[in-house]
Amino acid sequence: MADVAQPSVTEAHPGETRRDFLLLTAGAIGGVGVAATIWPFVDTLNPARDTLALSTTEVDLAPIQIGQRLTVAWRGQPVFIAHRTPEEIKAAEDVDISQLRDPQKDSDRVLKPEWLIIVGVCTHLGCIPLGQKTGDDRGPYGGWFCPCHGSIYDTSGRIRQGPAPLNLRLPGQAEQASEALYKFTSDSVITIG
Amino acid sequence: MADTRPGATARIIRWIDYRLPFVQLLNHELNEYPTPRNLSYWWNYGSLSGIMLVVMIASGVILATQYTPSSDLAFDSVERIMRDVNYGWFVRYVHMNGGSMFFAIVYIHLFRGLYYGSYKTPRELLWILGVIILLLLIATAFMGYVLPWGQMSYWAATVITNLFSAIPLVGPGIVTFLWGGFAVGDPTLHRFYALHYLLPFIIVAVVLLHLVALHRHGSNNPLGIDHKGPQDTIPFHPYYTIKDLFGLTVFLLIYAFFVFYAPNYLGEPDNYIPANPMQTPNHIVPEWYLLPYYAILRSITFPILFISSKLAGVILAFSSILILFFLPWLDTSPVRSARFRPIYKWVFWLLVIDVIALGWVGANPPEGIVVTVGQIATFYYFIHMLILFPLIGKLERPRPLPSSIGAAALGGGARLGGAGAPMAKP
Repeated sequence: MADVAQPSVTEAHPGETRRDFLLLTAGAIGGVGVAATIWPFVDTLNPARDTLALSTTEVDLAPIQIGQRLTVAWRGQPVFIAHRTPEEIKAAEDVDISQLRDPQKDSDRVLKPEWLIIVGVCTHLGCIPLGQKTGDDRGPYGGWFCPCHGSIYDTSGRIRQGPAPLNLRLPGQAEQASEALYKFTSDSVITIG
Repeated sequence: MADTRPGATARIIRWIDYRLPFVQLLNHELNEYPTPRNLSYWWNYGSLSGIMLVVMIASGVILATQYTPSSDLAFDSVERIMRDVNYGWFVRYVHMNGGSMFFAIVYIHLFRGLYYGSYKTPRELLWILGVIILLLLIATAFMGYVLPWGQMSYWAATVITNLFSAIPLVGPGIVTFLWGGFAVGDPTLHRFYALHYLLPFIIVAVVLLHLVALHRHGSNNPLGIDHKGPQDTIPFHPYYTIKDLFGLTVFLLIYAFFVFYAPNYLGEPDNYIPANPMQTPNHIVPEWYLLPYYAILRSITFPILFISSKLAGVILAFSSILILFFLPWLDTSPVRSARFRPIYKWVFWLLVIDVIALGWVGANPPEGIVVTVGQIATFYYFIHMLILFPLIGKLERPRPLPSSIGAAALGGGARLGGAGAPMAKP
């Protein structure tokens, strides 16, 4: 290091002195320090530990009749539970998935075909689609219809028309029902979370 | 000024000015400040918006002393302000309708600048600072609208924050970061309150820069030509202080009409229903001043190239404002005022009609003809900005400009008595 400061070297490379080296290293370490100090401030905005603590919701499915739909709150968001009729299951399974915007087989979206369990938040801009109540507009595919911007979902909760880019999500943002954050604890009870 | 025996007040002012040239600055910028002699009432809206900023901060600080930013208590605390706090209803209606008034004034101010070419050299940075103020205003108004925690508050917050989920890869992470949770909730309300209180003071800072930039070259004027000497200007006080004051009085009449006779006319009744995260209102609309952007957002129902329709809608809605940053360079005409631009003079009104059409589209459910009108109006907006502005500047043959403001204002170059000197103060 001492060689760098030799007058002969300095004369040969007038821009490179020991002072430049010190400035650069001190600046770099200072920059890292500032960034490391800012991060805790920024991170306070991310979900806090109590918010993150996975709340679990247990739902008894026994009272839900065939064809009936139920909404339960989980993590502050609605989860749609649909007890699908055989016609609804058939309609969902018979779709040629190559035509879908977000292609997915119905069998990948359910653990048991008669129970569809999805997060009831439109993947467009987060509204809650209609279709849970019997009088609601369910759209031409008999699934759900989002009144905000007109997205239409089928009986598997897959996007069919309108601006939404993706199918209604499974709990926990999972791609496959087998990885979703819900499980059957008995034949008629599920635990979400 | 050569008073050898100044009074006590003058001596105090002199003492202060020697150390901090404050009175001097006020005198220079608000009293003797030379202003084009031909400003019309379209030049009132700058000072009006400054006054509205003060009204909003004053009423907002008072509301903040009574408001509780918690998802359990926010709605009730607003109702308490309305029913129990002395004159709480008045302060809240002043603040609530003030938002609408503020935007109305700012939009007129903006279109004034568009018509008279106020963004052209040397006022590009003045214009850019104005667009920054507009963006800050929109952010502040949006977060303020969330605070009463009604149904529209909640779902506006949900829809608008979800716009960021359109960003590829990092989008969902950003949305969770904005919410501080898995949905809009208590942490979201707290931070929106903090930011809603902070941003107006940042706006004050940018407004000061806007004024510094304005006073560098002075106001543009209806003729759009530079003032060339003292015969073209008059002192700001009393000529424009009195003109601004008269305009303010007329404006306050309109403002007071809304506050006292139609306080909820510009609002959505659904916002008097407490927020319910489990149910979306059937028809979500933003406040009127955001409708055109909302219409652009919804108009993109098809993917553009490899960009999904959702992301494309978000990009275009933001671009509709961001494009204004480039306007000084998109408009190729060297002539500022539309008075001397025979084609632009008419095309300008197409943009006004287009923006009103977008507002109408944004207010209605996206079905049938509304979607088509929205798509045409969105398309036209960008054609106007990106193609018509550069093209008209090149094709158009401007009418001859008057030789000076004084010549045009006083008729055929005739000079009144005392010509050549600034108009004496009465």
